[in-house]
Amino acid sequence: MADTKLEPGAAVPELTVTPDKYVPHRYAGASGDFNPIHIDAEFAKAVGLPQNILHGLYSMAQVARAATQTGGGDPRSLKRLSVQFRGMGIPEQEIRVTGTVREVRDGRVVVDTVAEQSGNQIVRNAEAELYI
Amino acid sequence: MEGTASASVGKTHRPFEYEVGREKIREYANAVGEANPVHHDPAAARAAGFRNVAAPPMFCVVYSAGAMGPAILDPELGINLMLMVHGSQEFEWGEPVVAGDVITTQATTKDIFEKNGMTFYVFESESKNQDGETTVKGTWTNIVRAG
Repeated sequence: MADTKLEPGAAVPELTVTPDKYVPHRYAGASGDFNPIHIDAEFAKAVGLPQNILHGLYSMAQVARAATQTGGGDPRSLKRLSVQFRGMGIPEQEIRVTGTVREVRDGRVVVDTVAEQSGNQIVRNAEAELYI
Repeated sequence: MEGTASASVGKTHRPFEYEVGREKIREYANAVGEANPVHHDPAAARAAGFRNVAAPPMFCVVYSAGAMGPAILDPELGINLMLMVHGSQEFEWGEPVVAGDVITTQATTKDIFEKNGMTFYVFESESKNQDGETTVKGTWTNIVRAG
């Protein structure tokens, strides 16, 4: 991880990931969420979506990975994460997770985070609380 | 909102028990791109102070799912799944979860309210391990558009 100073206003290291075409299928198997809007493009189109879409909780997991990375990589550093799901994430397009430190006190760091694809926010108003 | 649904606020749902498997942690970690060896390798996990292969924080959705499904599908709520979207989510983590843990999750219907013509259903969950230690508390908000 880059040597980032965790102080209010500082940008945290960004995380980018491009979920491949089959990520929704693997995530469905791993999570048990087989809602066809995630794994069946024809079904998704039949209910008015542009294509099959990413699981929101997969996108949240990318925000959690970014927060853990900010916390130095130890999964125990992540104490709280709240997110709002907006828009739709889709496979085969880069997800970019960025964040800004809001508050630092006694080893507790609060980071405001968003995840976007091509400028379209898919997770917004995310707030991660880390203990470092 | 109908009276039946609002009467469900405060309702506690049947607890769900989940035994955490090492391969399930690896499968989940691979699906979301968690490459840290503590999520894959018992020796690396123990060297880092975990009792066994450690679950990534967001693995909580895997062991909570069996408690959340029945809460959301509660016939008293009558949620139309075709019109439902996952609006927001919060987790607060406690004791880390590792392979071999047995996690029991209990869900509660916390709140139902209407805003901008949509109905918001808020559920809370609390998960505890075999020693009674809380591993995660969740707040799950689902939004149902007017049908």
